[in-house]
Amino acid sequence: MEHETPPAGCPGHDEARRTFLKQSSLLTALALAPGAVVRAAETEFDEKVAAAFEKVSLKLDVNGVKHKLSVEPRTTLLDLLREQLHLTGTKKGCDYGQCGACTVHVDGKRVNSCLTLAVMQDGKKITTIEGLAEGDKLHPMQEAFIKHDGFQCGYCTPGQIMSAVACIREGHADSEGEIKEYMSGNICRCGAYPNIVAAIQEVKNGGQKV
Amino acid sequence: MNPFQYVRATKAKAAIDARAGDATSQFIAGGTNLLDLMKRGVMTPQRLIDINKLPFDKIERQSNGLRIGALALNSTTAEDKQVLERAPLLAQALNAGASAQLRNMATVGGNMLQRTRCSYFYDPAMPCNKREPGSGCGALEGYNRMHAIFGFSDKCIAVHPSDMSVALVALDAAVLVSGPKGERRLAFGDLHRLPGDEPQRDTNLEAGELITAVEVPDSPFTKHVHYLKVRERASYAFALVSVAAALSLDGNTIKDARLAMGGVAHKPWRLTEAEKSLIGKPATEATFQEAARVAMQGAKAFKHNQYKLKLAPNAIVQALKNAAAVS
Repeated sequence: MEHETPPAGCPGHDEARRTFLKQSSLLTALALAPGAVVRAAETEFDEKVAAAFEKVSLKLDVNGVKHKLSVEPRTTLLDLLREQLHLTGTKKGCDYGQCGACTVHVDGKRVNSCLTLAVMQDGKKITTIEGLAEGDKLHPMQEAFIKHDGFQCGYCTPGQIMSAVACIREGHADSEGEIKEYMSGNICRCGAYPNIVAAIQEVKNGGQKV
Repeated sequence: MNPFQYVRATKAKAAIDARAGDATSQFIAGGTNLLDLMKRGVMTPQRLIDINKLPFDKIERQSNGLRIGALALNSTTAEDKQVLERAPLLAQALNAGASAQLRNMATVGGNMLQRTRCSYFYDPAMPCNKREPGSGCGALEGYNRMHAIFGFSDKCIAVHPSDMSVALVALDAAVLVSGPKGERRLAFGDLHRLPGDEPQRDTNLEAGELITAVEVPDSPFTKHVHYLKVRERASYAFALVSVAAALSLDGNTIKDARLAMGGVAHKPWRLTEAEKSLIGKPATEATFQEAARVAMQGAKAFKHNQYKLKLAPNAIVQALKNAAAVS
């Protein structure tokens, strides 16, 4: 960068700067390195650490499509869906299991995809918001959310819809109170709650297959 | 999240050996608490041993009670017919915890091993003797609104967060454990510890020990039970105070009682003396008030949790009234 060029007539400055950069980048690398790496650097290299960075193979069925994947162990199911499979319908809200924006179905059960590792889902069947519609035909819950204006900004909506579908399938949508309790894991900062409850009640009372 | 090695155990012994031989490893089941803590840098295991393939997810009827596998999901357990019939208090407590999604992930064994939600424990920039022994307790002189009123030490005033544990301690449950030295059985009340000088130890489990099941003995507490959870929103929040109340009634006379509190101590807080005060008495508000008075003996609050000294006895009375269906 031009403004960092040392002024002329400062012998040694350049060299000092290079040394500083060298040292500081080494320090940064050490600060960012996990404990195991630092320890391994001290005791030469160690197989366990190599394994920590090794990718693990994984088979998944996502929305009916079979995938053979290779992931780093610390990849969450959410990050796998979004970053590797480019299924960005599932949202990352809090990333700590507090908001429900990342809700997907694993073997038919709704879960927070941010709080489970992809490698823990080997052999499982995942359904995301992208897998709900049948071609161009929206799922009844998607239709109902549109009809009842069950969203404003829309960021929580995929999670709300996945959770809402599961809520009915589980048999936890028999009353307004029950819906509110069993949808409490999905937070909507725009406050579309009454409309979300109305959408769920309509689908539930409409008797359509969900 | 720190990088780690991931191994999947298909035999309990392999999992136990792996854990016992490597103090930097952790078992992972539901992962809802462990991964949360790993993302925040509070826990940094070098190896995760996935135990989800182990055959510990059955809920079975035994001659003297129920045996619930450690890998049974919270949601499955809360809706199990036998649990609803024989231990409805447990089902109520499970359903009071977390959200529908988390209950679909969290296991019974993991639920009882979840770590405190003390904000000082959760923030690696803060002192916390539980996270980093010797660093001090940030909550003691800090913001301690959520903290303990019983059984704390000057090293730690955090509370145990599980609702399920409160019901299990009230129901005289037992924990079955498998470890490097074989199998053993702990009374549920002996699983968790008070902080004392070693708040880093939440439980009395030894290195490598794996919870395989919990046993809930048959009891007369199948009808007059109530789990009351007081929190800052109607659902999906940790308890400020919770009460597990169970009564066995003969007409209006209390034949037997079980009482425990959550959100008040480093372990689920069984109220044995208060239970005794209930036995043989009529199920009236006056009786319940007396039990609450007994229960609160020895309680001591900090700067920001004084409210618990009022909330806790009121919650006890309300839970007992709900259990007895006294309006």
